Amino acid sequence: MRKLDKPILRRDPWQQLKRFTRARIALGRAGSSLPTKELLDFTLSHAMARDAVHLALNVAALARELEGQEFSIQLVHSKAPDRMSYLLRPDYGRQLNKQSRRQLQAIKPVIPSGAVNLVIVVGDGLSSLAIERHAKPLLIEIKKNIPEQWKLDPVVIASQARVALADEIGELLAADIVAILIGERPGLRSPDSLSIYMTYAPKVGCSDADRNCISNICSEGLSYDTAANKLLWLAKEAIRRKLSGVALKDEGSMQEIAIIDQHRKLL
Amino acid sequence: MGDFRDWLLTDSTDSVILKHVAAGITPEMAAAVCKLMRNQDLILVAKKCQVITTFRDTIGLPGRLSVRLQPNHPTDDACGIAASILDGLLYGSGDAVIGINPASDSLSAMRDLYYLVDEIIQRYDIPTQSCILTHVTNQIQLIEKNIPVDLVFQSIAGTEKANKHFGIDLSLLHEARSAALSLNRGTVGNNVMYFETGQGSALSADANFGIDQQTCEARAYAVARHFSPLLTNTVVGFIGPEYLYDGKQLIRAGLEDHFCGKLLGVPLGCDVCYTNHAEIDQDDVDTLMTLLAAAGVTFIMGVPRADDIMLNYQSTSFYDALYLRKVMGLDVAPEFEQWLKRVNIMNDQGKIQPVEPAHPLLQGIPEHLLNFKTPNEKA
Repeated sequence: MRKLDKPILRRDPWQQLKRFTRARIALGRAGSSLPTKELLDFTLSHAMARDAVHLALNVAALARELEGQEFSIQLVHSKAPDRMSYLLRPDYGRQLNKQSRRQLQAIKPVIPSGAVNLVIVVGDGLSSLAIERHAKPLLIEIKKNIPEQWKLDPVVIASQARVALADEIGELLAADIVAILIGERPGLRSPDSLSIYMTYAPKVGCSDADRNCISNICSEGLSYDTAANKLLWLAKEAIRRKLSGVALKDEGSMQEIAIIDQHRKLL
Repeated sequence: MGDFRDWLLTDSTDSVILKHVAAGITPEMAAAVCKLMRNQDLILVAKKCQVITTFRDTIGLPGRLSVRLQPNHPTDDACGIAASILDGLLYGSGDAVIGINPASDSLSAMRDLYYLVDEIIQRYDIPTQSCILTHVTNQIQLIEKNIPVDLVFQSIAGTEKANKHFGIDLSLLHEARSAALSLNRGTVGNNVMYFETGQGSALSADANFGIDQQTCEARAYAVARHFSPLLTNTVVGFIGPEYLYDGKQLIRAGLEDHFCGKLLGVPLGCDVCYTNHAEIDQDDVDTLMTLLAAAGVTFIMGVPRADDIMLNYQSTSFYDALYLRKVMGLDVAPEFEQWLKRVNIMNDQGKIQPVEPAHPLLQGIPEHLLNFKTPNEKA
């Protein structure tokens, strides 16, 4: 190809500003349009985020791995039979299907007096990738740091799960505290981000105001041990003060809470 | 209702008549007639409606398209936000408003952001306005402390219960508007409010009373028009696939919203956007923003590469606005256009042109921005 006299792309002379933000600035222009490299980068990121939403969590593999770490596992499924109904009907994702409900009802949890029953739910949410990558190492950290007299089984793996599904699970298992590890809605930059939502004395009908959230657990975000320690700190405070949610903000989680509020506030 | 549609489409029903009757049209009527209309009807009638508003520039003139510059940052970092603002300005965006969604709820953090944007607007003498999208009560408090607040923002919905869910009622909006007017910061006019709406907000708050999404949405515009806003923004695909599932629904909703807003006399812009769990992609965004530009939409968003790193969703970019200007022959607000020409971002033919490193906006970047070192660089 003959060399062009002028370069096709115009570079923006404010490259030095890129260091201040992850926002995609100073990208240059093809005419007045986005250069191909950036277009392809965007499209690839979007495709990865879509995969994270639509690829089903390999529940059997995760259960095997967790059993290998000496967790006892219960597998449950929400009322949403598939991904499409999950996306269209958030209310289905907040309820167990009949079979799962019966299955958990049949468990008669034995909780020694004075023990705290912490039930952990692992839910696919909107990113199976987040669970696949982060659930096991996070659970190991939680187990490592949990107070001796606390009870941490079974761990419940829930398919097509929304956050509030943990309320029903926690109630059926007589949990003092339920914490759900759930895949966040994937962003372009972070298809595998995981959040923990913790509720004291969970029961069907708890609201978002009753929960505490630890968000952005991923390779570029919060580390497993920090997240596990935050959770256990919140859980101990919840037990001590007999509440969770907005009344139980710690300094460290203020930021996350503010961001969640912002999501709601935009609409 | 069919006759109403026919009447709206009649040539003799022109901009003057539509403006004249706007205040007499109830939101329920607007929503009902929009359901009888095809997409082309929604475009044709909306295009005839003119809603012109002013603060430091004039928004909504025929043949113009404005842009809200949205320079969000996940930690509200001043340098990060300033960098995105400069990027947008140098691409000719920002005539509707420079509007930041703050990550933090802290009043002191927001105060800093108001001063930051005010400094940029003052330093470069830009005919535009700023807005921090936080709860209206925060903004009233900051106005009382004499912080430079241009526009007051609030999310609004179409039922009293849904508005209560947002922590507002009409008297609070009145109070906010009076507070903003008291600062008297507009130069060309005094439309001081910026509202955001979106289909599904009433339903998601369990506050729709069995009413359909579109009627609730049109009722939100009826709330908006009561306060003579500079801008009202329907955030059309943000709330998720349970409300607007795919590109077809997004496009229809965007056109319905825009039509209803304009018919009711509201300066309606559109955040053409989506989240990654909806069946929507950037091609759908292209389609809807092009249709909206044909319909005379008041403004769209300008987000760096359409990728908001704080709210984690995709919207429209500075490039998108330039595309629409080229293809649809649309100009920016006249005062802002003069400014862009004065600072050589726009040439005499009205085209946005690349700038040289010696450009005043780049030379004028405060030293502390240019000499800033990240902790890693220091080490």
